[in-house]
Amino acid sequence: MSLAKRIIPCLDVDQGRVVKGVKFLDIRDAGDPVEIARRYDEAGADEITFLDITASHEDRDTTQDVVRAIAGEVFIPLTVGGGIRKIEDIRAMLNAGADKVAINTAAVFNPEFVKEAAEKFGSQCIVVAIDAKRVESVTPDEEHSGWEIFTHGGRKPTGLDAVAWAKRMVDYGAGEILLTSMDRDGTKIGFDLALTHAVSQAVSVPVIASGGVGNLEHLAEGVTKGLADAVLAASIFHFGEYSVQQAKEHMRDQGIEVRL
Amino acid sequence: MSNVIAVIDYGMGNLHSAAKALEHVAPDAEVLVTSDAEKILAADRVVFPGVGAIRDCMGELKRLKLDQVVQQVAKTKPMLAICVGYQCLMAHSEENGGVDCLGVLPGNVRFFGKDLCEPSEDGEECPVLKVPHMGWNTVKQVQYHPLWENIPDDARFYFVHSYFVQLDDPALLVGRTHYSHTFAAVAARDNVFAVQFHPEKSSQHGLQLLRNFVSWNGQA
Repeated sequence: MSLAKRIIPCLDVDQGRVVKGVKFLDIRDAGDPVEIARRYDEAGADEITFLDITASHEDRDTTQDVVRAIAGEVFIPLTVGGGIRKIEDIRAMLNAGADKVAINTAAVFNPEFVKEAAEKFGSQCIVVAIDAKRVESVTPDEEHSGWEIFTHGGRKPTGLDAVAWAKRMVDYGAGEILLTSMDRDGTKIGFDLALTHAVSQAVSVPVIASGGVGNLEHLAEGVTKGLADAVLAASIFHFGEYSVQQAKEHMRDQGIEVRL
Repeated sequence: MSNVIAVIDYGMGNLHSAAKALEHVAPDAEVLVTSDAEKILAADRVVFPGVGAIRDCMGELKRLKLDQVVQQVAKTKPMLAICVGYQCLMAHSEENGGVDCLGVLPGNVRFFGKDLCEPSEDGEECPVLKVPHMGWNTVKQVQYHPLWENIPDDARFYFVHSYFVQLDDPALLVGRTHYSHTFAAVAARDNVFAVQFHPEKSSQHGLQLLRNFVSWNGQA
């Protein structure tokens, strides 16, 4: 028996409501984040990640209310990402009951922010989210992995090498890396295993693989071939194609340690 | 019967979860998140949480003069120490270049180490282990304790830590976990129960442990 690999459902939250609602079980209100979080806890999810896609800053207070409500009823770790740009944003989310925050774009524009955040709140609650894309023009060598960091939903290249960036973020105090392949996101053809493997081998902290899950074998491969410590998925769980329990049983059958 | 539970607030991390989980399992109890020494000493039971670096934790405890309060509580009433709260009870920690702690329990806090790995049975390979030790790991119940009531042996709890407790007195070891090193996931003595994992984040088994704590009379 040892540390279990984690399965993390990810929910998009807009102005306090889960969008692209959850269509499994018999949830009365497919957009109610508290109800959905509770169901995922009962189903055996190891953590839950909320991605705040609320456009306006004012409406983000609603997200804090949502986090507060969930933290009062669901007792597994909660990560909140999206729109985390200032120390105050982190403090607000942690005070509302989040266990970790995921910093994405703000880290790219101001890497020192990650350092400051880790010093203030501890590395254990600072996740750095990395959106990476394969760049065909680059021949991989010691300095170039062949994947680059993109911002704005994969539209804007930054010139930063994904593997080097992950290492730098860990040096700055990131306690975990949430790694999304922008090439695979939404495709349902599986994780970019080479990317996951490269980042996971390069850093000393846990890596969460994200982007591309279409079936249970994809989740297992993320761990066995990608060396991920946790796997994140949205649609395959939300639309009831597979349950978290089924995912864990499948992973267990592949020899992966899971919490059942 | 009154049941006042004080959660010691010394500015280290999010106490919302611990307080909410206690309210969830004990709706009739009064849960106070407080740094007021009188209130802590007057409570029926005390939770001593902790998140972050040990030097900051010990510094804040001393600044708020809560170090002596914790020491007193540890002698007098049911106390549950969580994560860095547990580590603060030890004599010394390796973190931050070495920090003297409260010395309530005999033992030390050690770093998992960089380049941590798990030797395979044939001893040839050593797959890398990530630090922090983050996620759900099993806890072996090495001796009976009332706080284990209705929790299966080898149940999984949620851990997040880079430093672990090594006890000097094996009699205090109540639960052990393995992550490259076998360490004291749970230590207990008399009215003190101390856990490295986060019961407030460990779903049903964690809530059960808190439920057991809120009705515990402090006898082992």
